[in-house]
Amino acid sequence: MLVPKKGMIALPYRILAETEDVLSIGLFGEIDHHTAAPMREGIDAEALRRLPRLLILDFAGVTFMDSSGIGLVMGRCRLLETFGGRVELENVPAPLKKVMRLAGLERLVRISQRRETHETV
Amino acid sequence: MRPYNTMRFEFPALSVNEAFARTAVAAFLMQLDPTVEELSDVKTAVSEAVTNCIVHAYPEQAGLVYISAGLCRDGRVIIRVRDKGCGIPDVEKAMEPLYTTGDADVRSGLGFSVMQSLMERVRVRSKAGGPTTVTLERRIAGKGERSDGI
Repeated sequence: MLVPKKGMIALPYRILAETEDVLSIGLFGEIDHHTAAPMREGIDAEALRRLPRLLILDFAGVTFMDSSGIGLVMGRCRLLETFGGRVELENVPAPLKKVMRLAGLERLVRISQRRETHETV
Repeated sequence: MRPYNTMRFEFPALSVNEAFARTAVAAFLMQLDPTVEELSDVKTAVSEAVTNCIVHAYPEQAGLVYISAGLCRDGRVIIRVRDKGCGIPDVEKAMEPLYTTGDADVRSGLGFSVMQSLMERVRVRSKAGGPTTVTLERRIAGKGERSDGI
């Protein structure tokens, strides 16, 4: 299912798959303080509509992330907890995983690293 | 040690400029032929410092953020991120992991921790009501095997 575009700018997230229990959302572009807000609002709207047991955030399309991304993930964990769900991260590129690791995010969510390896710079 | 090459730029403290700021610094560092990881580390640290200026420095009206960078012969890169905003009353407290004066549901309070993890040296000069300077420093070895960083 494709999320309609807002004006000329593509939304920074897209629903990749959904079953009754699992909602998988792909994130795109760079995650910083500026871009995290629309991502946060979009993810929350989708999650609250479906109340999945498992929310998968797919980072394959994310090319940069600072601690705003940590805040984004931690906030979604808290949201999912309110209705008994949990969050997992998939296809996390190595540089992002480094930031996640030093923030201790691995203690909070399961993180799987990106399988395919291609340079993104 | 005096830098052999420098640059500086300034821009209004608007969140839309965060990507521009880190990308501009990264573009300046390209002459060092940095590795993907080195470039990513510096971009992330700069993004944290700039975000601090944008979120905290100017509560009333967005002022300017000033960035300068210098390259040293020993391979060190020194980046300064300055604002003329409201200052940090307690720098030590501000640098504690998870401490934030922002909305705790959105801001992780990890900005300085991330900077300290990705850079070799992080210095903060500030006082309440005065300007703030964050100095980030680290060595860029680059992809080649050179030892002088040039």
